[in-house]
Amino acid sequence: MIMYILRRIASAISVIVVTIIASFCLFYLAPTDPAGVVCGPRCTPARYEEIARSMHLDEPILTQIGGYLQGLVVGRTYTSGGITIECSAPCLGYSYQLGQPVTKLLGNALPVTISIVFGSAIAYVLVGLMAGTFAARRRGTLLDRGLVAGTLTIGSVPYFVVALVASLYIPLYIRIIPDAQWTPITDNPIKWFSGLLLPWMILGIVNSASYTRYSRASMIESLSEDYVRTARAKGISERRVVYKHGMRAALTPIATIFGLDVAFALTGAIFTESIFGLPGLGLVTLRAFNQYDLPVLMGGVLIGVVVLVLMNLLVDLLYTVLDPRVRLV
Amino acid sequence: MSEMWGDAVDASTISTGGAPAAPVPAQARGPHTITRGERVRGGDQSGDAPYLEVSNLTVAFPTADGIVRAVQDLSYNLRLGQTLAVVGESGSGKSVSSMAIMGLHDPKSTRMRGSIRLGGREIVGMPQDELRHQRGRVAAMIFQDPQSSLHPFFTIGKQITEAYLTHNNVSTRAARKRAVDMLGLVGIPNAARRLDDYPHQFSGGMRQRVMIAMALVNDPKLLIADEPTTALDVTVQAQILDLIQDLQRDFGSAVLFITHDLGVVAEIADDVLVMYAGRAVEHGTVKDILGSPLHPYTWGLLESIPAVSGDPTRLHPIPGTPPSLLNLPAGCSFHPRCEFRKRVPDDLCKTELPDLAPRTDDPARLSRCHLANPDHVFADDILPRLP
Repeated sequence: MIMYILRRIASAISVIVVTIIASFCLFYLAPTDPAGVVCGPRCTPARYEEIARSMHLDEPILTQIGGYLQGLVVGRTYTSGGITIECSAPCLGYSYQLGQPVTKLLGNALPVTISIVFGSAIAYVLVGLMAGTFAARRRGTLLDRGLVAGTLTIGSVPYFVVALVASLYIPLYIRIIPDAQWTPITDNPIKWFSGLLLPWMILGIVNSASYTRYSRASMIESLSEDYVRTARAKGISERRVVYKHGMRAALTPIATIFGLDVAFALTGAIFTESIFGLPGLGLVTLRAFNQYDLPVLMGGVLIGVVVLVLMNLLVDLLYTVLDPRVRLV
Repeated sequence: MSEMWGDAVDASTISTGGAPAAPVPAQARGPHTITRGERVRGGDQSGDAPYLEVSNLTVAFPTADGIVRAVQDLSYNLRLGQTLAVVGESGSGKSVSSMAIMGLHDPKSTRMRGSIRLGGREIVGMPQDELRHQRGRVAAMIFQDPQSSLHPFFTIGKQITEAYLTHNNVSTRAARKRAVDMLGLVGIPNAARRLDDYPHQFSGGMRQRVMIAMALVNDPKLLIADEPTTALDVTVQAQILDLIQDLQRDFGSAVLFITHDLGVVAEIADDVLVMYAGRAVEHGTVKDILGSPLHPYTWGLLESIPAVSGDPTRLHPIPGTPPSLLNLPAGCSFHPRCEFRKRVPDDLCKTELPDLAPRTDDPARLSRCHLANPDHVFADDILPRLP
């Protein structure tokens, strides 16, 4: 088990390094000019060169990648206009646009995304499981068909359309739900909660539709298993048959999808954050992308990779808990 | 009557739940001893009252394609201590009828008529909640494939104690002790240590022993074994059959044994009921059914057993396939596959369903066939072809 985790971490590190190199190369292969953007319209060649040098843009790409990796592991120093700045590990560099350390920028954005993602995830996985189980037990009835049709309708409309419409109409008709707004939980937990209610609801509605379908399919399968019939033959209550014996078996596939969904959402709930102007990872990286802000963009990519790799590992470890037949070697 | 059975069950379960042994006959078997309270033991002592009475049972499932008539007009009795084997191909209704005894059919999608009296209580039409309290306590069931019938995510200890705790108000500890005793009884070595193992950590035969332990944990008076040896190796099959027989002798329960294997029938059954397309076609003692069967379908079953010794000859399978239960043939359901229907005048087999009639010389032998002298046909035509 420990050997397995060590091996997975080793492979995770190699994945991360390869991703860094690949995104660096992609950025430089694209016709970008970060120094030009920073220099502005009234730029002199001398000023341009100075800015490019302070950004290490004059160095060969391999040296730049090396410098970046070095900053990650042991930290690095920057010189700009005769001033030397110490950037301690893990150093993700400085934003070209905002002049702030990337770690600080992303550190501010991360709690926003985490709040949005986990808050909605708890809601949609619970709603989806319940609704899916409800439908599975009434398979083929009008209620079941209506529920499936409803989830398919929600699922087939593009997410941003649902989100836009809902963000317009929910506050209009349900007055108690305030507009979305970010307040750190440490400042005011009540404001944090009420400000995120709307994005949670919208992400919840959209995702619980698909989770209802997953759960329904998974429950239908597990409820038709022989061991569920055995459980019934023992004389235990129908509720226990469904929620203990049936759901226990149905959870494994749902947990897999859930882990990967959450991991992906953590890399940035771009639509949600943009629609509501919530300063999360998605919004920060999107802005960096538009402004050739390489260090911030790289930081966003890095967080995304780490989260994806970690969640994958977590899901695999979760298997051993969920299914006693699975052993990791 | 029902109160009497209820009391008997309670007395027995209390005495086995770790409390001091009851004063009445304690039976020991092997190194593990289980004591039981007073109970009726063996069919011979229980008088003539059958424990299970199925009369005119009809089970049908309405589907989009029509009504599936899985069991029609089925009647039989089973006394305590007795083993009845129900034999037939897949789709003959043997499993459906046994599930009906357990009350396992969803009332919303099943139409049941007739009567199933179990220990004096009527099962057909019993409310679900009451039915649930019968299941696993009065009647328990062993299923075909122990690999898929045990929940892969729960330890066997959890699964057995759950069955016990459902019907007995005892502590988890007492239930675990009971589970260990039961596992010892069915021949699982190191039962106490294996209690927290998962089903996949057992071999197929051991898993079936676990299933049997779980079924018998509440001391049921009727054990339904639905092809319990089909998924097992031949050597393991024999062990499981021996185990079921031993336990039946000790527990004095009635056993309904569902199988398609006539070799198994010879070994375990007192009586045999042959089913075809949802109906009983022949009913009698094991000696009669295997020694001088009266129905062409039973002949076909006997003929399709491969010979172990003697000259290798071709097998004689029954021609054709079992009919669809959605669309049963008119007259005798077996007539399209029967090689003797020409011997019945007026094509009666095609037009009229024969009754399940007793023989004049032996009212306990029932057969559903138009043939006038089936024992002669058997002796002249079938017997020489049997291995």
